[in-house]
This record gives sequence, C-alpha cells and structure tokens, in this order.
Amino acid sequence: MIETLFPNVKWDLMWQATYDTVYMTVVSTAVTFVLGLLIGILLFLTSPHQLWANKVVHFLTGSLVNIFRSIPFIILIILLIPFTKFLLGTIRGVNAALPALIIGSAPFYARLVLIAFREVDKGVIEAARSMGANTFQIIWKVLIPESKPALISGITVTAVALVGYTAMAGIIGAGGLGNLAFLEGFQRSREDVTLMSTIFILVIVFIIQWIGDTITAKTDKR
Amino acid sequence: MIEVKDVTKIFKTKDGELTAVDHVSLSVQKGEIFGIIGYSGAGKSTLIRLLNGLEKPTSGSVTVNGLEISSIKGKELRKARQKISMIFQHFNLLWSRTVAENIAFPLEIAGVPKAQRDKKVQELIELVGLGGRADAYPSQLSGGQKQRVGIARALANNPEVLLCDEATSALDPETTDSILSLLQDINQRLGLTIVLITHEMHVIRKICHRVAVMQAGRIVEQGDVLEVFRNPQADITKNFVMQVSDSRESKEAIEHILKNYPTGKLVKLIFVGNTSDQPVISYLIKEFQIDVNILYGNISETANGPYGTLIVQLDGDKEKVEKALEKLQTMNIKTEVISND
Repeated sequence: MIETLFPNVKWDLMWQATYDTVYMTVVSTAVTFVLGLLIGILLFLTSPHQLWANKVVHFLTGSLVNIFRSIPFIILIILLIPFTKFLLGTIRGVNAALPALIIGSAPFYARLVLIAFREVDKGVIEAARSMGANTFQIIWKVLIPESKPALISGITVTAVALVGYTAMAGIIGAGGLGNLAFLEGFQRSREDVTLMSTIFILVIVFIIQWIGDTITAKTDKR
Repeated sequence: MIEVKDVTKIFKTKDGELTAVDHVSLSVQKGEIFGIIGYSGAGKSTLIRLLNGLEKPTSGSVTVNGLEISSIKGKELRKARQKISMIFQHFNLLWSRTVAENIAFPLEIAGVPKAQRDKKVQELIELVGLGGRADAYPSQLSGGQKQRVGIARALANNPEVLLCDEATSALDPETTDSILSLLQDINQRLGLTIVLITHEMHVIRKICHRVAVMQAGRIVEQGDVLEVFRNPQADITKNFVMQVSDSRESKEAIEHILKNYPTGKLVKLIFVGNTSDQPVISYLIKEFQIDVNILYGNISETANGPYGTLIVQLDGDKEKVEKALEKLQTMNIKTEVISND
C-alpha cells in the first residue's frame, strides 16, 4: 500500500534524514536554551529599575538581539558561511548548520526569556532581596523557577521554529528532511518523497509540541 | 533597637522630585510592637523599606540592632537583612514552591545545611498552625494561611526585627484578628521587635504598644497607643481614633440622644487603662446624689489595656452636677460635655 503510494521513497535515506533533522534540532535547541537564557538574564537585569540597571549594556544587547532576530534565516546562513568555515573547516553536513541555527534562534529565545522574567511578581523578587538573597540566588531560586512554564513553552516554540530552520539549512547542503525533500523530491520531480518528508517533519513538530505542553502543564502550580 | 535619625527620602520622577519621607526621626525599643499608621501615599511603605535597606535614605541615618543600615552595602547588608525579616500585604510567596519549600527559602539563602533546614521548617509549620499543609502549594491556601506561611518564612533565620508591610490589609476582619494574635504571640514568646505599617486603627489598637501617625512624609504625632487614643492631637489622628471608637453609629446615637434627653447635662466620659475598671457611676450617684442615666457605652481592648467611652446624662442639682464633673477630672477620666441644658 505505502509502496504504491510512495514508489520513490527510499527508507534508509528517509530515516537517515530524519535522524539528521532530529540531531540538528536537539543540539541547536539545547545550545539555544542555554545561550538564550544567558542573554535573556542579561537583558532583564540591565533593564531600568532592575538589579544591574544599565542603559548602555541594555541598549547594546537589545540592539544585537534585534539585528539577528530580524535577518531572514536563509540570508543569515549565507552571511555566516565564512564564520562557519572558520569554525568547522567546512560548510557541508549537519554540524555545519549548527552555528547558523543557534545564532538565528538564540536571540529569538532571549526575547521570550525577557518576557517570561518580566511576568515574575516584583513582590517576590523584593521578598527575596529582603531576605538577603544575592543576584545569583535571585536568578537561580526566584526568576528561573517562577517563570518555568513560560521558559518551557518558549523553548518549545523555538524548537518548532528550529525544525523549520533545519529544513532551510538542508537546502544549502546541511542534510536532513529539508535536504531530502529538495534534492530527492523537488529537483528530481518525485512528489511522493517531498510529501513523505513533509509528513515526517510534521510528526517531529507534533511530538515536540506535545512534550513541551506536557512539561509546561506539569510545572505550573499556580 | 531601631534608631531613625532625621531621615529624608526623595524620589526623582519624571514630574520632578517627590519627597516620600520628610525629616523623620523615631526610635523603637527592643521587644516592642511599634505601629506606623497613615493613609496611602503618606510615605509609610518607603519608611519601612528604609529599615532593611531596600531603599536608601537621601539624608539621615537608620540604625538597626547596632548596624547602620543606611551606609552598609553588599555582603554586609545582605547578612544584616537575614536578621530583619519582612512580611507583605500580598504575601509574596513563590508559587513554584510548596509551603515547606517556601519556608526553607530564606534558610537556603543563608546557607543552612539541609538536615537543619528540614528540622527548622517542621518547627515553624507547627508554630504558625499549618500542620499537615507542608506539601500544599500557595495556590491551594487561603489568604490567612498564605500570610501564616509568610510569617513562618520571616521567622526562619531567627530575626531580631520583623517588619510588617500592611500584612493584614488583604485579609478579611476575622482572619486579620487571627494573624494579629499570631504576631502578638510571637512578640511575647520570642521577644521579637515588630514594626508594622497599616492604614487601619484597628490593627494599632489590637497589638501595638506605641504608634506613629504619618501624613505627607512626616510623623505628625507619636506616643503610647493608649495615650494617643485618649488624647489625639492632630486632626488626622482624631480621624483614625474615630475609626475604632466613635463609629458613625455613635455619632447618630448622640444626635438621637440630644433630641430625646433635653434635660440635664450630656457628658462623654473617656476611660483609659485601669480607670475603666472603677465603679464610677455608682460612686457618682452615692456621693453627689444626682441621677446618672447611661445612654451609650463602648469599650475596646488595646495591647496596653482597655479603652472605653460612655455617654451619660447627669441630672439633678446644678451645683452637684458641676462638682461631680470636677471630681471626674481628678479621677483621670477625660470628660467632654456634649450639651448644656
């Protein structure tokens, strides 16, 4: 049945491409989470009336985030080719896609982190200060735990966007389902391959969304 | 214990400078419950935040427990804050932590080892009457229970001073009373110095030993609670005293009485402390042979003793009535003639 509907799908290639897409998504999401969190913390703490209130640092970080967030991803990949080459010695393969994926999504997640932190009750931060908490303790014991549901739903949105980015990265040679859909499907006019790749991508997205929603619901005790 | 010397706090806002606290001086003794009352915007929130260094004074000095809070910073200030706890109007609990974890929070900040932490948390849960609710989340608690968690959390590091920022303003009257009793109990059992700010005279009456009245950043009156109740000076203080003793009802009652008892002298007697225990009425009747008709009475308990008002009609020989009034003055009972016949 499946063979007749999708005569040109080579399953070993399909699974390899799926593995590549999942690999790129997982690694870039993990790094984006850490990097975005750090940038988000910096953005939050340097904003007006906060612990490290600093207009210059806040403005510079904010501008940098906005610039990288605004560049269309497909252009960002091309702009980053020299950087990737310098870093990894090649611009082909799944690892070569990682710098662009991370640089493209970390600023986006940093914004979501900032929004999440702004939603934390100011009174709770004041209470922690009144108990003698230092800045590190406020970040680690108040800001992050108290915004956990928003941080998790934020990284879920980012991960879903990253699946889309990996497909774009695939077109310029990073591998994965996007690469398969483009090279094997589109360029050789095998619509069934393109369709099957799309189905696989959708399944990955649904799984990510389901995991994210489950954890968000579990952590929210409000 | 707490010494505030000529403190001024000016905030710079878009619309210019705002003086929140204006040349305030006060001192709080060890083990005392000191109340600061004022309407919103009077500067009391800022004043209480100067006591733990959440705000820095523009000028003047704040000393708590021998440490000049207004000049220390960084690690030293954070260390000092562990001994100056605070509870809040909106409780400010971490929703992501259970009751036990919330109470353990300041202990974690202070670096207390886990085993010791657990023991202390258990003790505190019992102390504030939350036994069995250790694993509940704040969202599952009532307002009163939340404030009990707040109090337990504030007591975790064995503080010397407890600051209460409108701690009962978000609670209903009954819960307010139970939280006030808990605070009073803690004050007596642990010898904890308590500074509280409020806009309700009821709170001051119920547990405070001394009170300061704040208006537009200044302290307009301060003293022993009973003394302030008996003899309020500033208009704002009179208003606050009226909140608890002379309700609108008693005003209406007086008007009604004036209409219905046209003869004799209507006198309002204010009893404070032990004078309220004396059998004044029967004494007047026996000693001066006048008629004493009780028209209205009210008594309320304060931390320093009872405070009562009584409106009576004194009828009989004019000279004797005058003499009776004079006698009342010497008995340390404040009298106020409402009408002359």
